[in-house]
Amino acid sequence: MTTVELFFAYFALSMTFLSIMVISVKNPVHSILLMLVLFFHIAALYLFLNAEFLAAVQVILYAGAILVLFLFVIMMLNLKEELISHRFINEWPIGIAIGVSIIVFLFFAISTITTNFKGTHTIDFIKAETNTKAIGKVLYTEYLLPFEIASIILLIAIVGALVLAKKAK
Amino acid sequence: MVPLSWYLGLSAVIFVIGLIGFLIRRNLIIMFMSIELMLNSVNISLIAFSHYLNDLKGQVIVFFIITVAAAEAAIGLAILVALFRNKNSIHTDDISVMKG
Repeated sequence: MTTVELFFAYFALSMTFLSIMVISVKNPVHSILLMLVLFFHIAALYLFLNAEFLAAVQVILYAGAILVLFLFVIMMLNLKEELISHRFINEWPIGIAIGVSIIVFLFFAISTITTNFKGTHTIDFIKAETNTKAIGKVLYTEYLLPFEIASIILLIAIVGALVLAKKAK
Repeated sequence: MVPLSWYLGLSAVIFVIGLIGFLIRRNLIIMFMSIELMLNSVNISLIAFSHYLNDLKGQVIVFFIITVAAAEAAIGLAILVALFRNKNSIHTDDISVMKG
């Protein structure tokens, strides 16, 4: 086993363990803090795959913005009642059975995958141009219209969140 | 070098854990977090493809997915606040008006 494989094995095991803990611990605050550790692991995995820009975005946006939003909403929860009531719905074995059957299909699909397509953005090309600059060139030329649509989606989200959370008169 | 299928396997495992969490938990906040987990697992597989196929389009799509995830979290949590104000509960089995 090489060093890279050893590192990948550590990340795979700890990410699986952390995500199981996220969906199974009783206290929602603990769940969110475990999710924070999980997001840092995912950002480190992005660094393995030469995606420095997205690793930074992962830490800033997911760990910094979205999880803080979750923590704010948890403040109005009745945690005392949460800790004594049931965690899972009564039909939980059906959910686990559905998940296991889907993962069998997914692993079957992964085992038959073949890749012979090679694009133009090789590692040397990205290294010469830096990751952020290369992404920016693709984003602002080929994907300009989807980028504008993404900004409209964010505007709708701001307005929608304000309207929904406002007290009804 | 780690083969591509290892990353895809890891992504599939995290996706299914998120799916199971969405199906079996009663708490709506944990269900939202399971959705975030599923979105992140898809991001891992897209970035792995982008690296192994030498194409940056995968990373651009991950950028859009993160945008949509942020919008979804903001709207979803606003719905949660409105729901908690009206029903005083965030458990899925207490919200059964539409069940008939």
